[in-house]
Amino acid sequence: MTDLSFLTQLYHQNKITRRQFITGVSAMGLAAAISPALLSGTAQASVPKKGGRFKMGITGGSTTDSMDPGTLTSNMNQNLNWQIRNNLVEIDHHFKPIPELAESWDSSPDAKVWKFNLRKGVEFHNGKTMTAEDVIFTINHHRGEKSTSGAKPYLSSIVNIKADGKYGVIFELSGGSADFPFLLGDYHLGICPAGTQGQEFEKGIGTGGYVLEAWEPGVRAFAKRNPNYWKQGKALFDEVETLSIVDTNARTNALKTGQIHYMDRVELKTVHLMKRMPGINVTATTGTAHYTIPMLVDQTPYNDNNVRMALKHAVNREELLKQVLRGYGELGNDHPIAPVNQFYAKDLEQRRHDPDKAKFYMKKAGMQDHVFNLHAADAAFAGAVDAAILIKEQAKKAGININVVREPDDGYWSNVWMKKEWCMCYWGGRPTEDMMFSVAYAADASWNDTHWKNDRFNRLLIDARAELDSEKRKKMYFEMQEICKNDGGTIVPMYNQLVEASSDKLEHGPISGHMAMDGMRTAERWWFKS
Amino acid sequence: MKNVLFLIFKRLGASLITIFVISVIIFIGVELLPGDVAESVLGQSATTETVAAFRKELKLDLPPVIRYGAWLKDFIQGDFGTSLANGRPVSELITWRLANTLFLASTTAVIAIPLAIFLGMLAAFYRNTFFDKLISTTTLSFISFPEFFIAYILIFIFAVKLNIFPSLAIIDDNMNFTSKIYAILLPSLTLTCVVTAHMMRQTRAAIINVLASAYIEMAEIKGITRLRIIMHHAFPNSLSPVINVVAVNLAYLIVGVVIVEVVFVYPGLGQLLVDSVSKRDLPVVQASGLIFSIAYIFLNLSADILSMLSNPKLRQSQI
Repeated sequence: MTDLSFLTQLYHQNKITRRQFITGVSAMGLAAAISPALLSGTAQASVPKKGGRFKMGITGGSTTDSMDPGTLTSNMNQNLNWQIRNNLVEIDHHFKPIPELAESWDSSPDAKVWKFNLRKGVEFHNGKTMTAEDVIFTINHHRGEKSTSGAKPYLSSIVNIKADGKYGVIFELSGGSADFPFLLGDYHLGICPAGTQGQEFEKGIGTGGYVLEAWEPGVRAFAKRNPNYWKQGKALFDEVETLSIVDTNARTNALKTGQIHYMDRVELKTVHLMKRMPGINVTATTGTAHYTIPMLVDQTPYNDNNVRMALKHAVNREELLKQVLRGYGELGNDHPIAPVNQFYAKDLEQRRHDPDKAKFYMKKAGMQDHVFNLHAADAAFAGAVDAAILIKEQAKKAGININVVREPDDGYWSNVWMKKEWCMCYWGGRPTEDMMFSVAYAADASWNDTHWKNDRFNRLLIDARAELDSEKRKKMYFEMQEICKNDGGTIVPMYNQLVEASSDKLEHGPISGHMAMDGMRTAERWWFKS
Repeated sequence: MKNVLFLIFKRLGASLITIFVISVIIFIGVELLPGDVAESVLGQSATTETVAAFRKELKLDLPPVIRYGAWLKDFIQGDFGTSLANGRPVSELITWRLANTLFLASTTAVIAIPLAIFLGMLAAFYRNTFFDKLISTTTLSFISFPEFFIAYILIFIFAVKLNIFPSLAIIDDNMNFTSKIYAILLPSLTLTCVVTAHMMRQTRAAIINVLASAYIEMAEIKGITRLRIIMHHAFPNSLSPVINVVAVNLAYLIVGVVIVEVVFVYPGLGQLLVDSVSKRDLPVVQASGLIFSIAYIFLNLSADILSMLSNPKLRQSQI
């Protein structure tokens, strides 16, 4: 059975397709042995079991948090959101869209019109049956002039939404988009009952696996299993208690003393000690999250690509990975597409620290004597200031002078990011190439944090979006990653792993790197050992 | 008694003006901070359009004077408004947190004040001995460490190693009084370590000061024991400065414990204030800021009244 388990492993790591897997197994004469459990993505040693009170300690919660799906800005309310709500589409641990409240979907040949068929007989926690009306209401909550939703910019491609009977929804887009179903898997787009307004969102009425019983922003949320849950074998805990624990030491102590079963954001400086503790498991998951150092390319001297190339070569990525992430990450190649993404350009040469090349480019730009201001605060990511200081030292080897400007954490995203010419930044990444590029690299993107405008890149972006042939798309996305690497305005030094810790009483399937905490779905996907 | 009543009346009048001035200062302070609630709540996901829609919804596009006027009008009518960030009524956000803050502060006060005064008396009684120096060194060391350090040490010993107290001080309405006290004992002890030294040193100094006066010498000559001199003659006469330092420390226990709240995950007013300042959530900042000012004003007033009552000379004189 070694071969079978090897194939299964390859399949789970996304290295072979489902078809290849089945062919491989058939060749072994084992076709009859394929159990759905092997392919379901939750193949595991023990059978999932119901029960228990699951307690999580999560960072980032604030007393100002709300459950309005438009402003889910902390780990705490994003996690709670998927305890109580479902999307039309779920992103699984292979970064593939799978049916959730939508049973199936279909597009027109130009990928401009999409039809989603809704699951029948799903009820909200208040007993109302979920229909097309609720879906349209939810999506419209994030669109339109008056919307205050964080999802507003990337729903701008939707021209029209209409119901097709009680259980069908048709989206009309301004341009073709092959990856449109992924968009509906975004954490903002959990389906709420039609007519929900303002404070009613705080009641958390959804179709999810848990019913919200108590919710105090920045403090605690408490939910009980939805006895009526439509998903089979999911949301297995009797009760889920979510605590906001901002202080890392407090989270660690609480896990150590058994007051919680699960914590996010393990302190990387002490993770080696944590790993030695009995009864605690540490998990590190690679996802799409990455650190970036964007330069505003419409300002001198960053408008000269030689300067950008010089700085890209002046950064020692290996050292940053080792010092800032303690090895919990992977090297970046100056584009935002992660190794877990479908069309990641594996063969693109890895950029390395090369002081000679950096010197060469800087000389070509004639900027050897310039002092580059690098703006940094730990609000960008934990260790951003340390990273900036390391980069300053690394650049010295190429004769480049960098001055690290320390900025306050408070207001970093509104006063420094996209305002200062060169700063530290963080991106959670996106499950698809199109979403990532459209959100931060397209010329007209609201979050184009480098003001970079590359004609070839922007043309490819639109063409690849509407292209349904995956070989052709692959070629286009490869080229775009290369353009980004050699002309783009941002340095992408590394991808950070999501490092979390849990009690060994818990059991889980493969962990998704789509978002932190198993794609923000720990409460739905995990269970207690018997 | 008449002049005590007059003092209370005069002070209450002044307090109203103080509170008004503080509300103006808080408003201007929050206005001066860069960014507003729309940008802070949306954070990295803010775009010009979304921020504009957000501002319009919250009426942040109106001039500051009009916004302050509207807030003041509601406030005078007893309406604290709603949080700009999540739309919850401010009174709902504040009530139970204020109760938590007062619970922690009073538990700490019940431990710390008698302890500090007792140690202060002992130190004065055995002054300049090894014992006196030991008390001073210990309490002064505690006050010199940052609060979070003492908190982590206590957690390490009592929660992680001995496992007798919880590291998270979580309380809810379903718990009875004893289990609530049990849950907050570690944060209480941390704060006790922080406030004891100040009160202890003041008690010691005040008593020693009084011990130098002529009537104490007289008492000694009469042959009264030293313990009795301290308890019956020196301490009652040194109450006034002690009351004042106790008031300042009580005010600190109400307004200054945000670090302890964070380390023990105890939901009090401090965390609420910090979160709302960072999100520029003005109505919440105003309400918590004013509660803190009222705590200070009230405790200072009580300290003055109590010192007057404890001192026959002040009780009789016309101020």
